[in-house]
Amino acid sequence: MIWVDTILQGVLLGGLYALFAAGLSLVFGIMRLVNLAHGDLIVFGAYLILVIVSALGLHPVAGALLAAPLMFCLGWVLQKAVLNRTLGDDILPPLLVTFGLSIAIQNGLLEGFSADSQRLSMGALETASVAVGPVSLGVLPLLTFGSAVAVIVALNQVMYRTAIGRAFRATSDDPVTASLMGIRPDRVFATATALAMLVVTVAALYLGTRANFDPAIGPARLIYAFEAVIIGGLGSLWGTLAGGIVIGVAQTVGAAINPEWQILAGHVAFLVVLLLRPRGLFPRGQ
Amino acid sequence: MSLLETRGLTARYGDFQALFGVDIRLEPGETVAIIGANGAGKTTLMRAITGVLRSAPDSILYRGAPIGDLPADAVMKRGIAMVPEGRRLFPSLSVEENLLIGAQHKGGRDFGDALDDLLTETGRDLRRAVFGPYGMPPRRPGLALGDRLRAAAFGPYGLPRADTGPEHTGAGYWSLETVYDLFPILRERRHSPGTALSGGQQQMVAIGRALISNPDVLLCDEISLGLAPVVIRDIYAALPRIKASGASVIVVEQDIGQALAVADRVYCMMEGRVTLTGKPSEIGRADIHAAYFGVAA
Repeated sequence: MIWVDTILQGVLLGGLYALFAAGLSLVFGIMRLVNLAHGDLIVFGAYLILVIVSALGLHPVAGALLAAPLMFCLGWVLQKAVLNRTLGDDILPPLLVTFGLSIAIQNGLLEGFSADSQRLSMGALETASVAVGPVSLGVLPLLTFGSAVAVIVALNQVMYRTAIGRAFRATSDDPVTASLMGIRPDRVFATATALAMLVVTVAALYLGTRANFDPAIGPARLIYAFEAVIIGGLGSLWGTLAGGIVIGVAQTVGAAINPEWQILAGHVAFLVVLLLRPRGLFPRGQ
Repeated sequence: MSLLETRGLTARYGDFQALFGVDIRLEPGETVAIIGANGAGKTTLMRAITGVLRSAPDSILYRGAPIGDLPADAVMKRGIAMVPEGRRLFPSLSVEENLLIGAQHKGGRDFGDALDDLLTETGRDLRRAVFGPYGMPPRRPGLALGDRLRAAAFGPYGLPRADTGPEHTGAGYWSLETVYDLFPILRERRHSPGTALSGGQQQMVAIGRALISNPDVLLCDEISLGLAPVVIRDIYAALPRIKASGASVIVVEQDIGQALAVADRVYCMMEGRVTLTGKPSEIGRADIHAAYFGVAA
């Protein structure tokens, strides 16, 4: 029975990784931009929620609701003012710029909040659990997984049921022809990044409530997000959820065998998938 | 005043000059054909008119207003739509979505416009705070110091835009239903991926996608390229109805016979220059041969 419990915990952990990865997947799927600052933006979001919660005495969920529009605007401005200028045939400029952004965010947070670990408190919710047969599942991990599924469903609805989703896909296919249709690719990219920052805010909420965070943990979140996106198949949102689950399950199984193997097991699973299916489990267009 | 006019239009791809002082005009209700061999500059001319290639503002006039430096989306919103060479349908979109994307810009200002304006105004305020009045684009083109410096540094592209005329409303005859009436096969295939259709059907989607924006000017770039004669005939059969909806048309064609059959006026291009112009009834076979190939027949 312990293995069922281990796998279920892994699946729920995969929800958190899928949240880390969904924004990255959205941005990559639309503009082929690899945002190396994605993990740091999640950490930045967690600090923003922390500041709002501390200043106004709100519950973290309410703090996240207030942070969301700010993050949306930050995403818009970031894409419009900085990242759009780096897009083109050469993939190096966006990598360099987002790498620089990552370092700037880390050092800015370090300056503003010190290297001390922080945490967002959810109160009794943190320790609440529900019994599912012989297995006990934490309410917070269940909420995290439910939020991940809701985010993926919402993003899919936006992509395939709305006019802006049509514009996302058309611009991703062919930005020049999209502009001939009256679409402004720079505007579409800014909207996509703004939307990704809403997802980042959700990820930041659960990052801050499920574990301690400090200014230096962004790059590790980026690695998990990357692995989830690549395992799932570049640009596939449901694949991203599957990728997160694969990493989560691999980590919990690895930890069950030997606690020192937790992180390593996730990376090994990533390598195995990469060897067997280099385009991921659910590549877009197949 | 012509509906659309180019005056001494030049265009470059890096160091390579592709157009050399091209003058063409399109009158309301007219169909103009542009013919020429491969590499004559026909597609470059279309790319310049639609804003894919930027040029000097006054080198392209639409309803008398300069549009040469406008980006493609802004040109389209003023009522100039293009059926690009090779169809260029969006593979991720179904037939119906490909058609609807042509109407994407309808609906006026949205949240993005408001946020864009906010950013522009914030940038303007920041420039004013840092540089004072010299950091600001003047309200009208003039001889302000900042203007002269920008003109010296960037040429005409550094200068503020002149009045480029109002945006097109997108309202009119063409809708999803009228496009399906024009090309009934598309109604049957509306949920298929656009790229799963035959070449002729894809061309119908590309034409419908342009029409659904209800353009005043429709640019058709090589719409018969790679299609069977019977399919070409079907596609050109739609032209009278397109013209009846109020659109003026520029057709770029390598098929001289087809071009002469549909056009009110013809321009022949060779090596980036217009080498012949006139009404089809006034142009002889030898004239076309000379203008097309640069040698007498």
